[in-house]
Amino acid sequence: MNKIGLIIKREYLTRVRKRSFLILTFLGPILMAAIYIIPIMLALNSSTDHLRVAIVDESHWFEDSFTNNEDHTFILMPGQPIDSVKDMVKNGVFDMALYVPPTQLNIPSNAVVYSIRQVPMEVETYISSVMQKEIEEQKLMAKGVDPEIVSSVKTDVNLQIMRMDENGNEKETFTKVQFSLGIILSMLVYMFIIFFGGQVMNGVAEEKTNRIIEVIISSVKPFQLMMGKIIGVSLVALTQFVLWILLTGVLYVGFSAYIGLSHPGALSSGTVMTQEIVSNDIMSNENVLQIVQIAQSIDFGTIIFSFIVFFILGYLLYATLYAAIGSLVDNNTDSQQFTLPITVPLMVAIISSFYIVNNPDSSLSVWLSMIPFTSPISMMVRIPFGVPIWQIVLSIVLLAATFVLMTWIAAKIYRTGILMYGKKLSYKEIFKWLKYK
Amino acid sequence: MTKISVNEVTKRYADHTALDRMCIEIPERCIYGLLGPNGAGKTTLIRILNQITAPDSGEVLINGEKLCQKHIARIGYLPEERGLYKKMKVGEQAIYLAELKGIKKAEAQKRLKMWFDKFEIGGWWDKKVEELSKGMQQKIQFVTTIIHEPEILIFDEPFSGFDPINANLLKEAILELRDKGATILLSTHNMASVEELCDSITLINHGKSILQGKVGDIKRQHDTHEREIIVRCDDFNKVMAVADTYNNIKVEHTDLHDETKLTLFSESPNELLGQLLQVGQLVSFKEVLPSMNDIFIQEVQSKNQAA
Repeated sequence: MNKIGLIIKREYLTRVRKRSFLILTFLGPILMAAIYIIPIMLALNSSTDHLRVAIVDESHWFEDSFTNNEDHTFILMPGQPIDSVKDMVKNGVFDMALYVPPTQLNIPSNAVVYSIRQVPMEVETYISSVMQKEIEEQKLMAKGVDPEIVSSVKTDVNLQIMRMDENGNEKETFTKVQFSLGIILSMLVYMFIIFFGGQVMNGVAEEKTNRIIEVIISSVKPFQLMMGKIIGVSLVALTQFVLWILLTGVLYVGFSAYIGLSHPGALSSGTVMTQEIVSNDIMSNENVLQIVQIAQSIDFGTIIFSFIVFFILGYLLYATLYAAIGSLVDNNTDSQQFTLPITVPLMVAIISSFYIVNNPDSSLSVWLSMIPFTSPISMMVRIPFGVPIWQIVLSIVLLAATFVLMTWIAAKIYRTGILMYGKKLSYKEIFKWLKYK
Repeated sequence: MTKISVNEVTKRYADHTALDRMCIEIPERCIYGLLGPNGAGKTTLIRILNQITAPDSGEVLINGEKLCQKHIARIGYLPEERGLYKKMKVGEQAIYLAELKGIKKAEAQKRLKMWFDKFEIGGWWDKKVEELSKGMQQKIQFVTTIIHEPEILIFDEPFSGFDPINANLLKEAILELRDKGATILLSTHNMASVEELCDSITLINHGKSILQGKVGDIKRQHDTHEREIIVRCDDFNKVMAVADTYNNIKVEHTDLHDETKLTLFSESPNELLGQLLQVGQLVSFKEVLPSMNDIFIQEVQSKNQAA
């Protein structure tokens, strides 16, 4: 077996056999599955807290407006002074009290909710929306608008977004889906670069501080050792990634089967809640159709292809830099000053992804997705929104070229750095190493 | 026949010259000592031989061929700063290092078993390196250095960290390897082991060779014609009477009351011996050659003063 193969094998096996790898492999999917499962579980068990709300309405506008449901009961307390109702809240007779003072200029104002506990968000939203609606209706009717007209003007707007290309083909887009996909994909690239790049750095630093480095590089070229390590770790990353997807799938399917049996219909509404893809009732034909449309609107081929290419190239680019930095580390404290140049572009990319996701085709977004140090992350934000092929190709070419250049530089730094002990290093000094034979 | 020849090798770093037109000829099947004070350039030379760094100018020939990638598998290198992967098991690691030198796994396993038995470390195969003491790790490191049966062995301070028993074991192993045909380059500050093991040496100072040759020849060159004579005579004054006629002599009592030690600095001791034979019994006569330790200190200091 050739030497680089041996190095890859060792790097891979020692990492995969570590207990931390196993723990992370199983913990990852559980965490991911929890993101789906916990909201569903909460949705299924949310009726445990039943709230009793006392209403003291001195404006008399809202006496019939509130309807009881399984979460809260509204109890009218006509004629009671608010202070005595507040005492009842204190004594636990009611959970909270809504007080609407007498109308001013014929319009109610300054409604107050008194509560011992934090008022749940949904109760607050419900009360204010009911009051808002009631006031609107009353105002319209005060201006002489027929109540029938008032109720008939209410409509829900379903805004369709169509993207056109140069050939005039139109395609419906679903911004929310693209939004989540863009954020998720770029986050994945970011997390994997940071995590596994860090592993490369620590691996190099370990060999250096262990002093095994000199034995190894009397057998193989430093470049072989560096690339062997980078590739070995990348295979660990891929293994972890594939295992995560498989395990998440197994957990999700298993959970779906369980929920499907015990609570028919619950899963679909839970999924809707968490993913916010479609409106409330997923089972209606219209919405099934919409899901199909969404699925068709997304170019999975391009997304998967781009993800793999940008993920691998991005990892490789940063891993070589991490390797170079690992070779400079003498003890862990002084690695900080050298990791900064790496973490800054990554941070810029991940922070700007929230801008890009709202403006995927702005010139700043295009630039960020072209600059090799940010492109693996920034391009992945843009991909779900559709990116012209020439931009993808150009970005890949730039990234690959930078990778080759950086590997050359990193190898030079690495080669000298791994044998350098007990010397305070400056950037100027490191620059000189590039010229060593 | 010359095994390794270093021709006019120069290596410069940013702020100093590590090797300055260094020339060394190392014959086949010998133990060659590389001596010099700290920072003299020994490690740089060794790293060039191992192709860890390349010289700025000059060349290295092995068996008359220019040093190249294929020679890597023919060299075994034990660096001064040793280390192993701490979390890896001993056997696994030894096989990995052997495979990196181009040995097949099955063959590596066989040879390792043999050496592990010889060094009585067979029981450590499945232990993690971090569980072993430093001396134990040194033994493993030595075995992994020679496992591919290289023609050339480079040992940088091989004896550091060994107790006398294990140091002896190592010494015997090195001599055995030489007898089997290996050419050994030994870099050390331990002058006793140089005298015991080395056939020839080069003394490096400030990147230059300041002394080169066979150990015996070098000693003879530095000979101060010191001769040590011990005579047995009941009457110490008789010995003193003889000695007083010489001015290049030193007289000492020994622990035994009737024996006297005389140290003469002269190329012709015959006359003195004749006179001493008349006053007492000659117990011993020996030529005292300077130790490598003395030669090292003398050479390096005189060169440093000159500079």
